[in-house]
Amino acid sequence: MQWAISVDHKKLAMMYIGAGLIFFLVGGIEAAFMRLQLAQAGNEIVDPATFNQLFTMHGTTMVFLVGMPILLGFGNYLIPLMVGARDMAFPRLNAFGFWLFIFGGLLLYFSYVGADGLYGAGTAPDVGWFAYAPLTSRTFSRGNSTDYWILGILVSGFGSMTTAINFIATILCMRCPGMKLMRMPMIAWMMLVVAFLVLVAIPILTAAQSMLLFDRTLGAHFFDPETQGSAILWQHLFWFFGHPEVYILILPAFGFVSEIMPTFSRKVIFGYPLMVAATVGIGFISLGVWAHHMFVVGLGPVLDSFFGATTFLISVPTGIKIFNWLGTMWGGRLQFTTPMLFVTGFVAMFVIGGLTGIMLATVPMDWQLSDSYFVVGHFHYVLFGGTVFGIFGALFYWFPKATGRMLNERLGKWTFWLLFIGFTLTFMPMHVSGALGMPRRIYTYEVDRGWEIWNLISSIGVPVQMAGVAIFLWNVVRSLRKGEVAGDDPWDAWTLEWSTTSPPPDWNFDRIPTCTSARPLWDRKHPEDPDAHYE
Amino acid sequence: MTALNATTSNVPLTAPLSRAKVGMASLIFMESAFFSAFLVTYLYYIGKSPDGPQPLDCLELNMVLINSVCLLSSSITVVLAVRSLARGAMGAFRIWLAVTILLGLEFLLGTGYEWWGLIEDKGLTIQSNAFGTNFYSLVGFHAFHVLVGLVLLIGVFILSLFGCINPARDHQRVDVATWYWHFVDVVWILVFTLVYIVGRVPQGAAA
Repeated sequence: MQWAISVDHKKLAMMYIGAGLIFFLVGGIEAAFMRLQLAQAGNEIVDPATFNQLFTMHGTTMVFLVGMPILLGFGNYLIPLMVGARDMAFPRLNAFGFWLFIFGGLLLYFSYVGADGLYGAGTAPDVGWFAYAPLTSRTFSRGNSTDYWILGILVSGFGSMTTAINFIATILCMRCPGMKLMRMPMIAWMMLVVAFLVLVAIPILTAAQSMLLFDRTLGAHFFDPETQGSAILWQHLFWFFGHPEVYILILPAFGFVSEIMPTFSRKVIFGYPLMVAATVGIGFISLGVWAHHMFVVGLGPVLDSFFGATTFLISVPTGIKIFNWLGTMWGGRLQFTTPMLFVTGFVAMFVIGGLTGIMLATVPMDWQLSDSYFVVGHFHYVLFGGTVFGIFGALFYWFPKATGRMLNERLGKWTFWLLFIGFTLTFMPMHVSGALGMPRRIYTYEVDRGWEIWNLISSIGVPVQMAGVAIFLWNVVRSLRKGEVAGDDPWDAWTLEWSTTSPPPDWNFDRIPTCTSARPLWDRKHPEDPDAHYE
Repeated sequence: MTALNATTSNVPLTAPLSRAKVGMASLIFMESAFFSAFLVTYLYYIGKSPDGPQPLDCLELNMVLINSVCLLSSSITVVLAVRSLARGAMGAFRIWLAVTILLGLEFLLGTGYEWWGLIEDKGLTIQSNAFGTNFYSLVGFHAFHVLVGLVLLIGVFILSLFGCINPARDHQRVDVATWYWHFVDVVWILVFTLVYIVGRVPQGAAA
C-alpha cells in the first residue's frame, strides 16, 4: 500500500523499472513466437492474423511500455540524487505520470480480451507499431483493436509528457548549491535533452492519434485517401514523432555509458563540454531527419537529398560521443565488471547499428533495403544492442544503490555473454536475409529463397538470450535475499548518489550536499587534490 | 583541506529559478507542439475540399470578431487582476478576474453559437469534407483549451471567495496560472489568422 500511494521518486522509479521489465518479458515472448514461426520455411505455428498482432504488440510494447518507462524510471531515480535534491520538482505529478503509464499499458493489453466489442473474437492491434494509413481506417481495420492501440498509447503518452515537465523543472530548479549546469553529471544533461524531445515529439503523436481517432469514430477525413484525406500526412506526423523517439530511447543509455565508463576506467569523462554540445546537437538535428523513414514514398529528389543529408549530419555528434568514450577508456585502469562489460558491448553494438544507419540514409540504398530484414537488423542493433545493453549496465551499476545489495558478478558475466552471443546470433544474420530480399513482417516464406539458414540462426539466438535474461532474474531474486552488502559506495564512484546510504533514506540526504566540481565526491575523497582546482 | 574549504565557501548558490514557472513554461512549450501539428495540417488541407460546404460560404466574420475581441481583451483584464493582487487589492482582483471569466465564457458560448449555425444552416459537419474535418478539430481543440484555462481561473476565483488567496504568498502562483490563459490567447491569434483570413480562399483554386 505504501508503494501504491507513494510520491517518492525512488519508489516510483523502481515501480517504473519493475513494470518495464515485466513488459520486457511479455514483449520478448511475443518476439520468441515470431522467431519460432520463422525458424523454418513454411511453418504454421501461428496463423497470419496472429503474426500481425505479434509484431504490432512487440514493437508497441518495446517502445512505449519497456524503453520509455525504464529510461524514465532511471531518470526518476537518478536525477534528484545526482543533482543533490530531496525529490523531484513535482512529486505528485510524478506519481500521476507513473499511474497513467501503467493504465495505458493495461489498456493496450486489455485489447486481447476486450477489443472484440460486438464483433466476435477478441483481437489485439494488428496494424504495425507505426500504424500506417489507410490500413487503420474503419474499412480495413474492423472492430476496436486499433482504437485500443490509439488510446493505450495516448494515455501512456500523457504520462511521459508530465514526467518530462518534471525532469526539466527538477534539473533546472532543484540543483544543490554549486551544481552549475556545466558541473552536472552527464545523465542529467542527457535527461534534460530527452525531456525536451519528449515535449516536442509526443504531442505530435498525440495530435496525430487524435486525428486518427476522429477519423475512426466521428467519420472525419484526415487520413483516408478515398475521402480527400492524405495517407502520407500520417507518415509525416508519425515520423516527426518517431524519429526523435529513437533518440529519446538512446540518449539516456548514452548517459549510462557516460557515468559507468569513467568509473571503471578510473578517469574523468573525456571531453565533457564537447559531450554536452554533442548531446544538444543531437537533440536539435533529430527534429529534422524524420522523412528518412519515407524515402520509398517518392517525396522527390530535393526532399530525399535534404533528409539524407541531415541524417548523415547527425552521425557527426554521435561519432564525437563514440570517440569521447574511447578517449575515456584510453590509458585508464580498466575494470571489467558486469556494468562495464555491458557499456563496452553497448559501444561496439551501437557503432554497428550506427554504420548500417548511414547505409540506410543513402537514398538509393534505402530504396533497395527499405522494409527488409536489413532494417530490422539495423534498428535492433541500436535499440537492443544500444538501449537494452545500456539498461542492463545501469541495472547492474545502480542495483546496489537502490537495494543495498550487490548483484552477483559471476551470474552477471553469464548474463552478459549469453545476451551478447544470443543477440549477435539473432540480429547479425538479419542483415544478410534482408540483403537477400526478405521483407519484414511476412509470417512465412518459401523454401527456395535462400533465407532458411539465416532465419534458423536468428531463431537459435533466441533461447540463448532467454537463458541470459532468466539468469539475470534469478540473480535479482537471489541477491535481494543474500547478496553481498553493498555499502554506500561500492564502485568508488564520484557522483552525489554514492554519498548517501544504500538504499537512500526517503529524504535522500541528511544535509543538502554542496558541489565543488563535476566530480563532487572525488573532491570529498581527495581533499589534497580536488578537481575544483582545475576548473 | 583548507584549500577545498576556501573553494567551497565561494560556491555561489544556484540561481533560484522558480519551478512553477519552469513547469508552466514546459507545459506551454508542449502544448505549442500539439497545436503546431493541427495548424500545419490545416494549412496543408487549405483548398483541398472540392466538394461540400466551402469556407467562403460558411464562415462569417461578425460573430467570430466579437468572440476574438472578448478573448483578446480578457488577456488584458487578467493582467489587471494579477496587478491588483500584487498590490493586495483583493476587491479589484476579484472584479477583474470575474470580468476575465465572463469574457472567456462569452468566447465559448459564441463559438458554440457559431457552430450551431454552421451545422444547422450551412450543413458543415466534421464528416462533410477536409475543410469540416480540420475546422472542427482545430477550433474545437482550441475551445477545449479555453475551457481548461477557464476551469483554472474559476478555481482561483472560488479560492479567493473563501479567503484562501493570500496576496503576498500567492500572487506569483496566480501569475503563473494566468500564463496559460495568455497562451490560449496567442493560439487563437494563429487559429483566427489561419482559419478566417488565410483559409477563406475559393476551393479548387489550388487544385
